[in-house]
Amino acid sequence: MPEIEIPVGPQHPALKEPESFRFEVDGEIVKSVDIRLGYVHRGIEKACQDRTWVQAVYLIERICGICSHSHTTCFCQAVEEIAGIEVPRRARFIRSLFGEMERIHSHLLWLGLAGHEVGFDSLFMYAWHDREIILDALESISGNRVNYGMNTIGGVRRDVTEKDVDELGRALDLLEERVKYYTDVALNEATFRSRLEGVGKITREQAIDLGTVGPTARSAGVDVDLRRDDPYAAYDEIPFRVITADGGDLLAAAVVRLGEIEESLKIIRYIIENLPDGPIAVKAPRRIPAGEACSRYEAPRGEDIHYVRSGGGDKPLRVKVRAPTLANINAVAQSMRGARVADIPIIIAGIDPCFSCTDRMVRLDDVSSGRTEVLTWAQLSARCRASR
Amino acid sequence: MDFLADLFKLLVFPGFLFVVNFGLFLEWVDRKIYARMQHRVGPPWYQPWLDTIKLFTKEDVIPEKANPFMFTFLPVLDLAAAVTAFLYLPFGGFSSVNPFPGDLVVVVFFLTLSTLLLFLIGWYSGSPFGRVGSLRAVTQFLAYEVPLVLSLLTPALLAGSWSISTIKIVMAQNLSRFLPVTLLALAVSLLSLQGKLLRVPFDAPEAETEIVAGPLTEYTGRRLAFIRLAERAELVVGAGLISNLFLPFDKVLGMLGFFVSCVVVVFGLSVLRASFARLRIEDTTLISWKYLIPFSALGMALAIMVRG
Amino acid sequence: MGLAKMLPELIQSLFHKPATIRFPAERVPAPEGLRGKPVCDFSLCIGCRACARDCPAMAIEMADVGEKLPKPVFHYDRCAFCGQCADSCPKKAITMTREYDLASFSRAGLTSRAREGSQRQEVADS
Ligand code: SF4
Ligand code: SF4
Repeated sequence: MPEIEIPVGPQHPALKEPESFRFEVDGEIVKSVDIRLGYVHRGIEKACQDRTWVQAVYLIERICGICSHSHTTCFCQAVEEIAGIEVPRRARFIRSLFGEMERIHSHLLWLGLAGHEVGFDSLFMYAWHDREIILDALESISGNRVNYGMNTIGGVRRDVTEKDVDELGRALDLLEERVKYYTDVALNEATFRSRLEGVGKITREQAIDLGTVGPTARSAGVDVDLRRDDPYAAYDEIPFRVITADGGDLLAAAVVRLGEIEESLKIIRYIIENLPDGPIAVKAPRRIPAGEACSRYEAPRGEDIHYVRSGGGDKPLRVKVRAPTLANINAVAQSMRGARVADIPIIIAGIDPCFSCTDRMVRLDDVSSGRTEVLTWAQLSARCRASR
Repeated sequence: MDFLADLFKLLVFPGFLFVVNFGLFLEWVDRKIYARMQHRVGPPWYQPWLDTIKLFTKEDVIPEKANPFMFTFLPVLDLAAAVTAFLYLPFGGFSSVNPFPGDLVVVVFFLTLSTLLLFLIGWYSGSPFGRVGSLRAVTQFLAYEVPLVLSLLTPALLAGSWSISTIKIVMAQNLSRFLPVTLLALAVSLLSLQGKLLRVPFDAPEAETEIVAGPLTEYTGRRLAFIRLAERAELVVGAGLISNLFLPFDKVLGMLGFFVSCVVVVFGLSVLRASFARLRIEDTTLISWKYLIPFSALGMALAIMVRG
Repeated sequence: MGLAKMLPELIQSLFHKPATIRFPAERVPAPEGLRGKPVCDFSLCIGCRACARDCPAMAIEMADVGEKLPKPVFHYDRCAFCGQCADSCPKKAITMTREYDLASFSRAGLTSRAREGSQRQEVADS
């Protein structure tokens, strides 16, 4: 059988965002893969430099439609650190509350997509149907389903009322039951399980070497979780368990994510029972004093890092975002080797990728010749290797 | 006049127009049930017709790498094969266009033909997805064709005839005696038909998220419409065959009975489609050899014993 | 382990009301706090420009209406419905309404401005 090159992307039904994967396959076995990033590079980091601090928060929110709260919290924390702003306790609890609600809807979304990638559309429809429960709760508290607009520098913008707490409590009861059901279906339905078990496997060592984060790392037995290891928001006061699994395959990833939903439900219950009184925000200055800070956040997909530098003006000098998918994409390349063609979509979906958050491009300005070049990933790594 | 009557039979009833429209109706039944099982409203009854009309009005594209003759010719042939298969089926109290003692074999042959055509369609479309899909289609073909044929032949063995109408009569007469064997053969044939029609969990050859649409990836417009209609016609033939051999409601209810039994078959297929995740191609083969083929063989053995 | 684990629920759902709706005919009620179209009570506005300065989408333009101070013009085709303008306004002149269905065939209908020489609010309809 001759080797066939199968292009998956930039446009392909398995990908929800444009990105290019080129597979050399021999029959049904993948020989090699070339990943190309950069199809949805939006230049948000650069655009932030043209926005005031207040405006930048809304732009940052739009880095990712699923982890919108993660990115803004991460950004605001960095800015608050530079400006030395102390966020009120109630605001910190509300940030954690939204972080966990976001985690639930993100993981349910993943479960549905995983079902869709392996042709199990009933699971897809059901998981997304029940995801609406949490989205409705988010919408009625914050005023929007996806871009909650809750964060602002110095705290949160909307308070959580008694009525919200009541409604949320009811939503949690319903969700708890549904999540149990999905856990049972996902882990015990033979046809679905057989598509996950042993697929996309990475070892614990590989997970560490490749620098994976979040559920991808935890499913390979790496016990990392910033909520515990480097607490932010209200996590230093909230008791919770970090879910890990060993196995490193997609079944382990499903176990971790489903377990995390359950844990998030418990965290939310704790938060609404122990929500402290007090103000929800302090006023932030329009000009942030000069300085720089790096902030970390455990997004549903893993560690999100924002670096912010201020020159003392009303606009940031530099914002740098490292979204979790960038850290996990190497695990995809690793576990693709020797995989079956049939498993390509689910392996890509396994890290719960978010390509537009990840995309970047490297432009080299050659000062001596005045030439400008846009480099692909492969060219860049070749250059790095050559200069070593 | 004879010629005109034949032409009517070929093109209108029970030929082309009837098969195609009934096929689109069954498509709607399938989509509606599937949607309702997933909490969705589902399409209105005329949606399949709209889809087909839309395809016919779309731009006509032949990819550079495809073989232009094959690219045009194969879809038409595919539809012709499926419609021809139906001409040999008696239904709803009508006898088939050309009843003869071996018509069961002919119907099965034409069904097989359209699968092989699907292989060629993918192979000549000049796309890597088409190629992979075609290879999978043949692999799968070997896996379900054997159990499908064996389980369809079980009633033939029971009745001791290759003629569909004779089988129907004998089966109706010995309903209770043949029932256990029939049920077994019905179950196997439903599962194999699901494989034949490339539906979840046996849809690896057309797996959307893996290889876009497999053999159909490069197709659009009229040609795609032909292939889709052929698929619907295959559904009609498959459902009609099972309805004739296992669920002959039309013996009592006439035309209505035929519709009801076809809808029952499609309902079964929709439930199968909604309940499972897609199997990898090697698992499909494995399941076929481990379960479907042994059970269909068991059915045949039982049939021989029951007949004594 | 089991096969067709979802089957009981799938069959049950055949007899339940579907979760989706026929959208333009049927509608989901907007929740109370929904951040929809921002609307300005121009009689309260003092023309301080705070809203235009903070709007992240540059959806607010300050226009001369023949008075001493300019008044904001809202361009809903740019608006991201973040609600920052309402937060920034010192006079609480801007409220986020629950109106969310703003699709239109022309951009012209998607602005709202104070009528020249008048304090009254006027929202151009499409
Ligand atoms: S809601 Fe936000 S985007 Fe819209 S006008 Fe107000 S500040 Fe601008
Ligand atoms: S912030 Fe309020 S008062 Fe100031 S210009 Fe805008 S609407 Fe008028």
